[in-house]
Amino acid sequence: MYSFEPNEEQQMLVDAVGKYATNDLRPAAHDAEEGHELPKKLISKGWELGFLQASTPEAYGGFGERSAVTGALAVEEMAFGDLAGALAVLTPSLFATPILLGGSEEQKQQYLPAIVGGDWAPYTAALMEMSFDFDPNALKTTAKADGGSYVLNGEKIFVPFAKAAEAMIVYANLNGVTQGFIVDKNAAGLSISDEREKIMGLNALPMYRLKLENVTASRLGGASGHDFGLILSAMRIASASAALGVAKSSFEYAKNYAKERDAFGVKIAQKQAIAFMLAEMATEIEAMRLLTWEAAWKLDNNKEDSCVSAYLAQTGSADMAMMVTDRGVQIYGGHGYIRENPVELLMRNGRGFAMLLGLAIV
Amino acid sequence: MTIDFETPKPIAQMQTMLQSVAENMMRTTSREFDENEHGIPWDYIEFMHTAMKAAGGGGGLTPTDEKPKEGAEKRASIGYQKLAAQIEMLSWGDVGYYLITPGGGLGAAAVQAAGSPEQKAKFLARFNDDKPTFAAMCMTEAGAGSDTSAIRTRAVLDEATKEWVINGEKIFVTGGDKSFTEYEKLGKGFIVVWASIDPTAGRSGMRAFVVESGTQGVSIVKLEHKLGIRASDTAVISLVDARVPYENVLGSPTVEKTTTGFKGAMATFDATRPLVAASGLGVARAALEFLKEKLKENGVQIRYGLPRNKLTSIERDVIDMEIMLKSAWLMVLKAVWMADNKKPNALESSMSKVRAGDVTTKVTQKAVEILGPIGYSREFLLEKWFRDAKITDIYEGTGQINRLVVARQILGYTGAELR
Ligand SMILES: Cc1cc2nc3c(=O)[nH]c(=O)nc-3n(C[C@H](O)[C@H](O)[C@H](O)COP(=O)(O)OP(=O)(O)OC[C@H]3O[C@@H](n4cnc5c(N)ncnc54)[C@H](O)[C@@H]3O)c2cc1C
Ligand SMILES: Cc1cc2nc3c(=O)[nH]c(=O)nc-3n(C[C@H](O)[C@H](O)[C@H](O)COP(=O)(O)OP(=O)(O)OC[C@H]3O[C@@H](n4cnc5c(N)ncnc54)[C@H](O)[C@@H]3O)c2cc1C
Repeated sequence: MYSFEPNEEQQMLVDAVGKYATNDLRPAAHDAEEGHELPKKLISKGWELGFLQASTPEAYGGFGERSAVTGALAVEEMAFGDLAGALAVLTPSLFATPILLGGSEEQKQQYLPAIVGGDWAPYTAALMEMSFDFDPNALKTTAKADGGSYVLNGEKIFVPFAKAAEAMIVYANLNGVTQGFIVDKNAAGLSISDEREKIMGLNALPMYRLKLENVTASRLGGASGHDFGLILSAMRIASASAALGVAKSSFEYAKNYAKERDAFGVKIAQKQAIAFMLAEMATEIEAMRLLTWEAAWKLDNNKEDSCVSAYLAQTGSADMAMMVTDRGVQIYGGHGYIRENPVELLMRNGRGFAMLLGLAIV
Repeated sequence: MTIDFETPKPIAQMQTMLQSVAENMMRTTSREFDENEHGIPWDYIEFMHTAMKAAGGGGGLTPTDEKPKEGAEKRASIGYQKLAAQIEMLSWGDVGYYLITPGGGLGAAAVQAAGSPEQKAKFLARFNDDKPTFAAMCMTEAGAGSDTSAIRTRAVLDEATKEWVINGEKIFVTGGDKSFTEYEKLGKGFIVVWASIDPTAGRSGMRAFVVESGTQGVSIVKLEHKLGIRASDTAVISLVDARVPYENVLGSPTVEKTTTGFKGAMATFDATRPLVAASGLGVARAALEFLKEKLKENGVQIRYGLPRNKLTSIERDVIDMEIMLKSAWLMVLKAVWMADNKKPNALESSMSKVRAGDVTTKVTQKAVEILGPIGYSREFLLEKWFRDAKITDIYEGTGQINRLVVARQILGYTGAELR
């Protein structure tokens, strides 16, 4: 049966996350970006909404089941508030969710109850590498089996909260296949840059580079490993959902501004040139939202083509986010170009979806 | 309720059945009726009529009150969802043929939206008769297209005979010929003519009238020659002192200060826009599938999952086309799902039409471009689908008019605030 209505539990979560995004994240976004820092209390408050907890079964300290659809709804809502803030709140999922999806029973018991039951703590993951055609299925960081454990070599970029991280998952190429490896913060051969990454947006999110020189690590799922495809799809859906949130934010700002701004004796929204842009923005957002929901639903229901669907949703949403956030700035005119106004940050963040991957997971 | 994308069984079964109709009855003669513009594919018309009657779906392609049998809980109807899927599949076969599927079409939709229970009973029963029967909707005039409030056709009540006397000329009437001309093989059809009963009252003076086939004073002046959808007749119909019974007016016979008359037309469009969108997307799917098939024959694989900048330009195009097509279809599904669940869907209907208009034209145009001479050759149907596709962004509200509807909805503007 087709249905486009979230269930009651999902709606409650969406409402709670939406309130936090609108009342807490959104007003803090500008200063966080300019000051390169997110208030700790802001992150804790987001953590206390219990998204990860609600996605983790009781056996591992949570109180629910993971669902990519629920995750997609929550991530869009949160990213609507502020992308950097949302990614910070959700960073522990980068570690916990892959363990839930692909970890051995022992790994689940070792990590999940502590993460889920505790305060927000910087557990993280390292996927991206510095190359123009970065491909999560063809990583340059390598893993080699060495007795019971594995040895990692390579460099990683854009790793959120790496400096403070308790432990992280590092993705590496094991004989041509991408696999996740659990790396402890004190692992020998692991070095983390002192400087934070400097990128076009997301300056409030502390991200670092890693160097791995013969780092010993344990494989996610133990000797038999895990299905990286599932993890990748969950990352793609999260990326698409976050893009939706950012786009929706820009759209809302632009719509409200256009209804206020006078030019030539009318509100600019009364000019078709502006009104049609807004109509197309709304249409494009809705189109990509439905594509993302469908991909998430396929993932939850083990449909054969869920990987392709997640890829299409991510690809389409990345283009959508650029189109919408660009127009957000355009509708603000010169004021859109000034950093006091929110739409320019959204445009910088909007472009990121074309290259950033692995900064969120549902 | 929870978010769900599983195709209901009755819809999946119907799709399989119609796909075989599309392949065996439509595609096989598509070219013939494209080149022989005003020929009539009687085989298709008679087959569809018999098949739909046998399936219990008299009245042609109209939404039923069907509720899926699985599951104990009370469920909403899936009538509009099924209809959208039917239309998509028939249009995948041939959109020109889909438009001449016997039944009430837009004419019956107007009766459905604005007629009284007695009128519905009187005018809609005929579609279940032995012979295939058609109805059409006449709104557009030479001087009134998008701006429907500018129509000049007049209806005046003759108090002596209690008849409406209608004068005017309507253009671009889809199925006008099959609905009005008395063909031996067809049952008695009708056209629904929009006219003003009070030109000083603007939109609130507009009413729809059921004009039976063969009515004196009404004539088919011309059948248009078109870019595409050539199997579907597009008529110019003139009305000169045409007399119509008093009770054939849909809605109130007097002018109140409300705009109910016009709202009838708009309600028709909320219901039919996603269906037009569905039809366009059927054509786009045909084009995309043909493109992928030809690429495959030529050893071109689409490597899903690779980063964008490792893909060839053809791969990027095909992936973009899939994103467009799949997401547009989901917008149609959402709009008709809302209709089935009695949720107001004016915004979603128009959004789905905006998107489908764009997607259908882009996908078919791109497919012809990518396939070069294979795309351009009349040896294959792709060039026909390119021509057929363009109508999607024109009728039932052009892309621009639907953008206006969407913009007014999201901005909370009236027609006066955003024209
Ligand atoms: C970095 C920077 C440097 C600048 N330097 C100078 C300078 O040196 N000297 C100077 O005088 N100015 C300068 N400007 C101002 C610049 O020229 C204006 O910002 C620009 O003309 C747009 O005006 P606005 O910002 O008030 O936008 P608005 O006029 O408010 O426009 C807002 C939006 O509405 C649209 N719009 C407006 N009217 C219509 C219409 N009739 N139909 C359809 N759409 C419409 C616009 O295209 C825009 O998308 C500068 C601006 C910037 C950002
Ligand atoms: C094959 C075919 C079948 C049809 N079938 C039927 C039918 O069965 N019954 C029926 O009644 N009609 C039918 N039509 C008519 C169809 O609905 C109209 O053609 C359509 O509504 C556009 O009207 P128009 O052609 O007069 O264009 P116009 O209204 O003259 O539009 C010309 C251009 O101006 C744009 N435009 C108009 N107003 C605005 C505005 N306010 N803002 C911005 N842009 C605007 C339009 O988008 C378009 O691009 C059919 C048409 C065709 C071609």
